[in-house]
Amino acid sequence: MPTLIFIAPDGTRTEVDADGAASVMEAAVSNGIDGIVAECGGSCSCATCHVYVDEAFFGRLPARGEMEDELLDGTACARGPTSRLSCQIAIDDAPDGLVLRLPEAQT
Amino acid sequence: MSTLPSDARVVILGAGHGGAQLAVDLRAKGHAGEILLLSAEDAPPYQRPPLSKAYLSGAADAPPPLLRALPAYEKAGVSLRLGVRATAIDRRARRVETATGERLAYDRLVLATGARAAPAPFVPADLATPAAGLFTLRSLADARALIPALAAARRLAIAGGGLIGLEIAAHAAAAGIATTLVEAGPRLMARSVSPAVSDFFLARHRAAGVAVRLDARIEAVERADGRIAAVRLGDGETIACDLLVSAIGAQPRTELAEAAGLGLDRWAGGVAVDAKLATEDPAIHALGDCAAFPSPWAPDQMRVRLESVQNAVDQARFLAAGLATHSSGAQDAPAAYDALPWFWSDQGADKLQIAGLSLGVDRWVARGDPGSGRFSLLGFAGESLACVEAVNRPRDFMDARKLLAAGESPPAAALADPEVRLAA
Repeated sequence: MPTLIFIAPDGTRTEVDADGAASVMEAAVSNGIDGIVAECGGSCSCATCHVYVDEAFFGRLPARGEMEDELLDGTACARGPTSRLSCQIAIDDAPDGLVLRLPEAQT
Repeated sequence: MSTLPSDARVVILGAGHGGAQLAVDLRAKGHAGEILLLSAEDAPPYQRPPLSKAYLSGAADAPPPLLRALPAYEKAGVSLRLGVRATAIDRRARRVETATGERLAYDRLVLATGARAAPAPFVPADLATPAAGLFTLRSLADARALIPALAAARRLAIAGGGLIGLEIAAHAAAAGIATTLVEAGPRLMARSVSPAVSDFFLARHRAAGVAVRLDARIEAVERADGRIAAVRLGDGETIACDLLVSAIGAQPRTELAEAAGLGLDRWAGGVAVDAKLATEDPAIHALGDCAAFPSPWAPDQMRVRLESVQNAVDQARFLAAGLATHSSGAQDAPAAYDALPWFWSDQGADKLQIAGLSLGVDRWVARGDPGSGRFSLLGFAGESLACVEAVNRPRDFMDARKLLAAGESPPAAALADPEVRLAA
């Protein structure tokens, strides 16, 4: 299982073991990462699990779906070129050491 | 909101989305006193919406999707107690009594007791159990009973064409189960959506193989070998089934409040609270599915009761801010709960998202073609935008939330052209 690295807006790095999680969002929630809200529980409906994927990793992930792309237009913090909804990144697709930056706010 | 001492003990009844959020948020916002979070269920606080969606496709013993990892409660200094059922509230002594005879003192009590499935009047008591073939779906235990039953079923009958009934129907039809859904009213989800959206989902579910009966009422069930074997409709037709799911609505769990003499809202049915979510007893609050609150999004700020994650979680955040302000002395807590209501439902491959309330809507404007499978309905109350229903158009949904929260209406260009964004 891959290790994920979350970087909070203040620069704090937290490494989490994604064991047992189906998505990056689930790994974050089950490891108590504060910056992920995931209000809809991972059904790609609320855009509160927004992350900025590190540029080095972005291209190694499968492309965004259409629904995800539309929701990213409405995130609390403006989307960037590497923005994703973390509930839509399957752990099976996540490279080991994947680096994800958290936005200032989700709601 | 009256202040309370910094060492005050807050007791929360119910550890669903609202109760769990309140407990953790109360600490995060600076409350220093004891926080006791009681759940009548044995499972740690879990996500409820997936139970009628993705979770149904998994194994019955699959771990539930948790709201938070268990250590998060300990880290927040929240005493989470599972399997503890409150049986009475002694308002004079400010104590909660439990099924095991414990008496738990509180300085503030929060009712986050949620809602239960409404009982099916057409099923006699001796058949109203999963063992006899009757299921409901509100809790993890319900889902865990339903999953193996669905896996073994060839024919499923569903009573009720609301969100939960339809989500189950979509799952069952996709799994190859012959599914009949019986709705008493003339259209699906009549309480939740506009007629155009009802029509769209009716066509979608029928195309997916669900036999939908509208204006049809289940009068009785027929039995064989001590189990439900068929449902009988008002016109005498019988529909054979291996199991029956009753999804005819939810009832707020208000009996503790009622027994304690707290008033209910007669129209909305929940525990009546004010704009700060306080009941008539200033030491007792209520939030989420069980509470009827005055909503600025409803006509005349009438009291409504909403069954949604968003409402439970936003009310918890609001109440946490209000209860915690005493200790920090901050004055920044909003005076009245005013979060914009929003909802979503996944039915088969279709995503429905709703922002706002349609209670005051007198005119619906379509945006996009339902035939394309992607469209939105904009609901206006007079000249004001009040509600947007987005079908497979999440961008419209997100834009609508911004517009509604800002009290703005969409630009004329967007009303004429579905490719123009509703909000910049």
